[in-house]
Amino acid sequence: MAVNIEPVLVRYLVGLFPSLAAADRAGDGLTVVTAPPEEIYAVLKTLRHEEPFSMDTLGDLTAVDYPDRLEVVYHLYSAACGHKLAVKTSVAKGAAALPTVTGLWPAAEFAERETYDLLGVTFTGHPNLTRILLPEGFEGHPLRKDYSLPPRPATR
Amino acid sequence: MTLRTAEETAARELLRENFILTSLETVLGWARSNSLWPLTSGLACCAIEMMSAAAGRFDLARFGYEVFRPSPRQADLLITAGTLTWKMAPVLKRLYEQMPEPKWVIAMGSCASTGGPFADSYSVVPGVDYVIPVDVYVPGCPPRPEALIDGILQLKAKIAKPQLTRGVVRYGR
Repeated sequence: MAVNIEPVLVRYLVGLFPSLAAADRAGDGLTVVTAPPEEIYAVLKTLRHEEPFSMDTLGDLTAVDYPDRLEVVYHLYSAACGHKLAVKTSVAKGAAALPTVTGLWPAAEFAERETYDLLGVTFTGHPNLTRILLPEGFEGHPLRKDYSLPPRPATR
Repeated sequence: MTLRTAEETAARELLRENFILTSLETVLGWARSNSLWPLTSGLACCAIEMMSAAAGRFDLARFGYEVFRPSPRQADLLITAGTLTWKMAPVLKRLYEQMPEPKWVIAMGSCASTGGPFADSYSVVPGVDYVIPVDVYVPGCPPRPEALIDGILQLKAKIAKPQLTRGVVRYGR
């Protein structure tokens, strides 16, 4: 069971990327850092490869629909160091695009496809960004709050 | 008045005791209704009850329906046990089309019958009869194995005596 990343490492990370905002979420026991979208890839690459972090496992990658933005969440774990950290970034709903992290964690491939499928976040550079849970030709992204259910198809 | 010889009387007796006259349709219905070969086709949790129905406690083999086939080419009964999503729908339709005629479909459970709790969902088919024709609907969430067995016996009656359901609307395309 991974424990939260040491606060000194978070301070070191914020020192490397001054634009980061760190918040210790003691309530639910997970440390979160928030990065601007243009820096997210550099932050994640540092977390993946740099020695004190060694976040070798991508536990989850998903997004949350807020009224004014889409927030993309990366849950990172390190089997080598036994610690965990969540990284968040926000993108505009109209132009929701982020660089892919499939090069850092191959597990991101399906997670990014799911986030694209259900929430409409485009991951540039993804090797095969197509729908994964819904059939091809599906209209819209149903986990967005403004998605409205089409009427049922004509009865049998 | 014709007097029969002893041999003739014996021959007539032999015929009466050893031959049954009936129609071909009746024989085929009798045979088919007692040897359904279901396709192994679990879609969701209902499949657990379907497996239970086939296992020792409920023993579907008592009726002759235990030969679950892994290939649609060898099956004549499709038990759609579980939730059908639009993503899965073309696959199920293809499986149905690969089954040789004559073939029958049981919609097992609320999801297969009407979409169940997911009827108004973006991803779930509100009843498999949107995709394939259905002969018997078994309600329940999930139906107990006894309910599935009862559904198969209803289907048995329908296969053995098609006139029972003549004029009944068969849903689906």
